[in-house]
Amino acid sequence: MNAQDFQPLPPGKNNIILGIDLGTTNSLAAVMTPGGPRILRDKDGNGMVPSVISFGPDGRATIGSAAKAHAVENPLCTVYSVKRLMGKGMADLREDLRVLPYRVVGDDATRLAAQTQAGKPSTTAGAVAAASSGHADTTTAEGGCATEAGGARPTESREIVRVDINGRLMSPQELSAMILTELRQRAEAALGQEINQAVVTVPAYFDDAQRQATRDAGRIAGLDVKRIVNEPTAATLAYGLDQKQDATVAVYDLGGGTFDISVLRIAGGVCQVLSTHGDTHLGGDDLDREIIDLITGEIRSRFGQNIQFPPSTRQALRSLAEATKVRLSDAEQTTVEIDLGDGRNFQRTITRSEFESLAAKWLDRTIENSRQAVNDAGLSVEQIERVVMVGGCTRIPYVRRRVGEYFGPGKLYTAVNPDEVVALGAAVQAGILSGMKRDLLLLDVTPLSLGIETLGGAMGKLILRNTTLPCQAGELFTTYVDGQTAVDIHVLQGERELVKDCRSLGRFQLRGIPPMPAGAPKIRVTFLIDANGILNVSASEERSGKQAAIQITPSHGLTRQEVDGMIQESYRSAREDMAAHQLIDTRNEAGRILRAVDKALVNAGALLTADQRANLDATVAKLKTLLEGSDADAIYEAVQAVNTAATPLTQAQMDEVLRQTVKGKKVEEF
Amino acid sequence: MAITLTERAASEIKRIFTEQQMPEGSSLRIAVKGGGCSGFSYVLDVATKPAADDESFQTNGVNVICDPKSYLYLAGTEVDFEDKLLGRGFVFNNPNAKKSCGCGASFKA
Repeated sequence: MNAQDFQPLPPGKNNIILGIDLGTTNSLAAVMTPGGPRILRDKDGNGMVPSVISFGPDGRATIGSAAKAHAVENPLCTVYSVKRLMGKGMADLREDLRVLPYRVVGDDATRLAAQTQAGKPSTTAGAVAAASSGHADTTTAEGGCATEAGGARPTESREIVRVDINGRLMSPQELSAMILTELRQRAEAALGQEINQAVVTVPAYFDDAQRQATRDAGRIAGLDVKRIVNEPTAATLAYGLDQKQDATVAVYDLGGGTFDISVLRIAGGVCQVLSTHGDTHLGGDDLDREIIDLITGEIRSRFGQNIQFPPSTRQALRSLAEATKVRLSDAEQTTVEIDLGDGRNFQRTITRSEFESLAAKWLDRTIENSRQAVNDAGLSVEQIERVVMVGGCTRIPYVRRRVGEYFGPGKLYTAVNPDEVVALGAAVQAGILSGMKRDLLLLDVTPLSLGIETLGGAMGKLILRNTTLPCQAGELFTTYVDGQTAVDIHVLQGERELVKDCRSLGRFQLRGIPPMPAGAPKIRVTFLIDANGILNVSASEERSGKQAAIQITPSHGLTRQEVDGMIQESYRSAREDMAAHQLIDTRNEAGRILRAVDKALVNAGALLTADQRANLDATVAKLKTLLEGSDADAIYEAVQAVNTAATPLTQAQMDEVLRQTVKGKKVEEF
Repeated sequence: MAITLTERAASEIKRIFTEQQMPEGSSLRIAVKGGGCSGFSYVLDVATKPAADDESFQTNGVNVICDPKSYLYLAGTEVDFEDKLLGRGFVFNNPNAKKSCGCGASFKA
């Protein structure tokens, strides 16, 4: 990435096309920049806007987090999951209506054509050709749209639903438009200019009526929807998979309340959805509910079956369950504590494996859906080459494991934030439509060095800055303590020599190393950066074959200025940094040799002459004294001196071993 | 002060460039990184073009580039190529190095 490749935004007002993920639970907006797609955030750094609208007594609407907070106290006037209603009639919604607390009515006066000029209504999800860079723009669709269909004579009618808030009837399009308006205003505030164009994503199974309803919502929000993009297609765009060689890709999307699995064929830069399956009522909320049921069940059996949980407690329980689920992604166990009043305190430790057994039946269902999607595409699971993970739940290690087990190892794409990947992909599509050249955005070299933390807090670089992509580097590491069974791999980025001055990209553990003396395990750490700048770090212990890996997008969230700043800083502090690194390495070497000498003295100390012993003790004492200071050169010299003084010891040890081996054996036995 | 290649080293680099089908105008990147048995170690890489702040040199028909931080420790270095029975590879004669390890791959400044 060189300065000459870095171009300003194309000039001209209103040129920006927003990429929008209009979700069932949360919505996000992103925009293409020369540094790649970027999520638009509010001043607190939140990118996600909860897809919730709350109406006050005066009829004023509140959108997003503030509205979500009202859901408990004001359930009848708080609308969520409006996406489930888009383009649907009463008959389609029986199942949904049971669980939605607000009132939904059919409107007999308004009947509309369920089909647009695009063709026959397709309520089943078949092969849907996705819009991608190679396709013609299909934004010209006019015709029977929900808000204007009054006079038209429908060819086939479907009753349109309305949400009834205190007698005020609102269409799902109008409600979705409120969320879109919120996103548009947030983007305008962030970018300082008016925005009136967008790319909006929809599930691959959305039929024509649902897609049209989404377009209409955009228009009500003052946005010309330049293209509707399938969510799984957007996810592959965010990873740049359309620019790689042709491939068959599965997109596994486990969100808050819905699960979708799609199989896509990417050929010549165009994505085609081969099949899609899913469950519109399966998601993270179900996993939360398992935890809530576990907790409430145990509370009742301990404190009495008649314990009531008022709405505020329920809401607290929901938050607690969600937090527990999130924590168990990193921790092996977590403790929940609930004060029930009257001195009743409930405390319970939940382990990750316990959570996994609660989640198993839900995961079984997603895998069964995946199997069906693969079958429907006419493929075998071996033919799926990559699996893109979307939705917050795909952060859960158990979800990744199960998906990895089904599709096979090494296929999962998890580097991009799974909550943001669809919006980022929408922004990529928007960038293509607004004529931004994409190949300029691809990194041709790594802008910053990449490495891992080594003993003593030094940064051990594996891939140096300016290395041409794609590239791979590996190095052998070992343990420092006898019997060590796990190592932490801390992945770092930056030009400085000490960990504290570098950027942490992620960490993982390699566990299950068989106990061996310090220095015996051979741990190979491999860094691989593909042409899209996605970094795969893997660690394997060569004797036992134990492996662990992580995937990261190193350039994520860094601007060109920040990168330049980090590089300049490294020049300014180069000498001190290198000296500090050298001191750490020298100290480590000193520690290693001191332990080796101690061990050898226990085994073979008696074999040394008094002079040899005194000489060795003196050099060891000197090294120990110097280690209290920080003169790297002096420590280095002292290490060499110990090495020399210890030579008779190692020789004596070798001789002893040899003597034990050959004792009582004849020459011909060798 | 510069970084130079001996004739033998330059012809070995040219051979590698041809073998790797590197485009016309490619450079040899030399860098230093922390770690290694004597403190610092040398890194050689091929590059199609220099970065904006690289130091660059022409030596025996080869473009050599080096980032400013590494150059602090490489100024004046001559890179040679040895093809002996025991040990075939590039050798660094670095005036900044107080000590080099036996294998010559790392040094102490």
